[in-house]
Parts: sequence; C-alpha cells; structure tokens
Amino acid sequence: MYVSPDLNKGKNLTIAVTGLNANDNPGSGLAVIRALHAGYGADLRIIGLAYETLEPAIYLRDQIDKTYRIPYPTAGTDALKERIQQIQEIEEIDVLIPNFDAELYNFIKIEADLLKIGINTFLPTHKQLEQRDKVNLSAFGEKHQFKVPADEVIFAASEIDQIASKFGYPLMVKGKFYEAHIALNIADAHKAFHKLHARWGLPIILQKFIKGTEINIAGLGDGRGNAISVIPMRKLYITEKGKAWAGITIEDEKLIELAKDFAKATNWKGGFELEIMQEDKGSLYIMEVNPRFPAWVYLTAAAGQNQPKALVELALGKPVEEMKGYKAGKMFIRYAWDNIVDVEEFQKLSAFGEL
Amino acid sequence: MKLKTNIATSENGFIFNPATGDSFTSNGIAAEILGYMKSGDSEEEIKKKILTQYEVESSQLERDWDDYMLQLREANLLDL
Repeated sequence: MYVSPDLNKGKNLTIAVTGLNANDNPGSGLAVIRALHAGYGADLRIIGLAYETLEPAIYLRDQIDKTYRIPYPTAGTDALKERIQQIQEIEEIDVLIPNFDAELYNFIKIEADLLKIGINTFLPTHKQLEQRDKVNLSAFGEKHQFKVPADEVIFAASEIDQIASKFGYPLMVKGKFYEAHIALNIADAHKAFHKLHARWGLPIILQKFIKGTEINIAGLGDGRGNAISVIPMRKLYITEKGKAWAGITIEDEKLIELAKDFAKATNWKGGFELEIMQEDKGSLYIMEVNPRFPAWVYLTAAAGQNQPKALVELALGKPVEEMKGYKAGKMFIRYAWDNIVDVEEFQKLSAFGEL
Repeated sequence: MKLKTNIATSENGFIFNPATGDSFTSNGIAAEILGYMKSGDSEEEIKKKILTQYEVESSQLERDWDDYMLQLREANLLDL
C-alpha cells in the first residue's frame, strides 16, 4: 500500500479547508470549497483537513485534491501545530479556512505560528469568539442593544424547573457548541438536558422560545467594523435538527442593517452567521451568532457575493471593497446523494492519515 | 389598494415577495388584476376593465374584489 503521488501540485493558490462533514448536520467546508472553485476556477488546489475518516466531502475528488487527517481539538494546540507544519512542508498552503466552532479557539491560538510558516488566515479574536458565545449571548445583546431572547445558563438538571416557570413552554434547550431542542414540557426539557450534556458537556443554555420566521444571515467582517458582504436567507425547509435543507435569498434592509451593526459593534473579522427569528410584528431577535460561514454559504456566491473568495482575498492582504447588490429569490435545495468509494480509498486515509 | 413595489409577478400568475421569500400562485384573472395593479391602475380603472372584458355582474365583482384584496393583505403583498 502506498499513497499516490499528487499530480495537481503547482497550481497558483492552495487553500486548506476543514468542516468536510457534509451530512445532515453539515459543516460548511464543502460549500466553502464549492464557492472557491466558482471564484478561482482551475487555478486552485484544495487541501481537505478532516477529523474523521467518514467525513463525506473527503471522497469528492472533483472538489478536494488531497485530504489529511488532523488531531481533534481536545489534543491541544501543540499537536495541531505540529500536524499542520508536517502538511505545510508538503503542500505549501496559502490560506487556511477553519469551519468548525469547536476548533476555532485552537486555530486562533496558533494564528501567528501559521503565518510564520506561510499560512494566512482571517479569523476573529478570542475576545470576539467569547462575546458571541451562546453562554454570553444575553450580555452581548444588552451591551450592543441587540434583541436577544432571555436565557439562563445552567449546570444541573435541577435548575430547569425554576427557569422553565419563568420562561414558560415551549422552551429552547441548547448545547454548548451545537444542537438545540424545543421542549414542550418538563419531561422534554430534562431529556434534552441529559442528551446535550452527554454529547457536548456543560453548561446547557435554556432560552425563551420566540415564535416567528427563521432567517439566517451570512456575513463577512473585515475586522475594522465593516461588513464586506451580507446575504439574508429565509429557511424554506427545516430538518428535524433545525437545519435549513432549502432556503431562499431575500432582500430586507432591516436584516442587512442588523448584520452591519453586528460587524460594527464587534469589529468582526472573518465569516459569520446570524440566526434570526423575525416575530410577526417584525422585531428581529438574534438567536445565535456562529463564528464562521454557514453550511449554505455557496448560496452567497450563487446570489452574486462570493463570501469565501472575498475572505481568501482578505487573508492574503488584498483590498476588498464592500459588496453591494445580490439576487433575491435565489434558492438552494440540498440533496442526499450516495457517493460510491472503493474500500482502498478509505483504507489509505485510515492507515496513512491522508488521501 | 397598492401592491408593494418590490413584489415580482409573472404572466403565469406566480407571485414572489423578495422581502420575505414567500411565493404564491394565482389563477389567470388574479394574475391579470395584479398586472393592472403593478402598472399603477386605480381600483376603479381595474374594475371597469374587468366588467368590460368578462361577463360578470358588478355586485359579484365587488364581492370577489373584497375577497381578493383580503387575501393579498393577509399575504403581506399590499402597501397599507
């Protein structure tokens, strides 16, 4: 068994991307890669960085030239740095785009080290990451005068009753990093608490339920208070996990202003996603702020503002003007598709950590 | 009754509200009325055109008109 030589080297721009788990709760890696292909054409080499051997996008060889496994975030920054260094000696990566919330802390920590070996990034700071964290969202909203639902952070299931009596049902029960459940009663709330605790650890966030229309906004901040691009999308089909399986770009100045205000208030640097609930009366609540591009970010490119490409340009220090105008009514409809792969491919990645 | 300026309509009766992402389908006569509304015709002018072109009693048109306007309002398509 050997790892085949790479015949695609020599292309002008090499970009490494994580978040290759294009499953029913998808990371945004594949959408970012697709947007980059649309933006740069053939002169691009994509390096996938994967945590697990069954991340579906690894095996989409027309999208990713080469994939390497990297250590889980819990292994720490030294292990990550060492692995990226090994990969860099072979690949000469120009830009690296992390796409998981849980890995961002480590990547931000080694940002300067990456730059020293020639890898550019465009990431928020630890402070920015911290202040939009679900756990701190209430304080964040209060500080910057954004409407956010009332919430409480809890560490024990015994705290649920008291808070639920204050917020009432339905009640949102949210994991530290991912996942949210709507609890209709006390039994649901306890079940969700234990499920999220087992999966993502503590704390758990209990959030007042807001009824309305779910809208997400994909944005890119330049780190100086400007939003380079803002694209709002209304969810048309929502999975059991609350993920948009179909959506449509919409034009609403209030939504665009909200995203611009967010970028200004935080000096946000990098991709972001605002999860918005629009109440029937029109009030806009920020339900969550994700510190990276969303899994539907290819829609931004399709609508006329290629956010991943703009992020790469910013990471390379090139000037990028604020993007204006996009096509409202552009839809995405996600689909499931069985990719057929020989076991040898799987074996290569499992045994050698690269494919 | 004015249609919101950003509402997109097509000849086959498809209506799209770009501000909300909502879309609707309408029948031929409804699409025709939307077309008149979009081109700025007043309520009276539109009713006159319908009465001239179709075999319909004025009282019936009034009832149908009110019903249709109610639907458009509920669909958030009118400038109120």
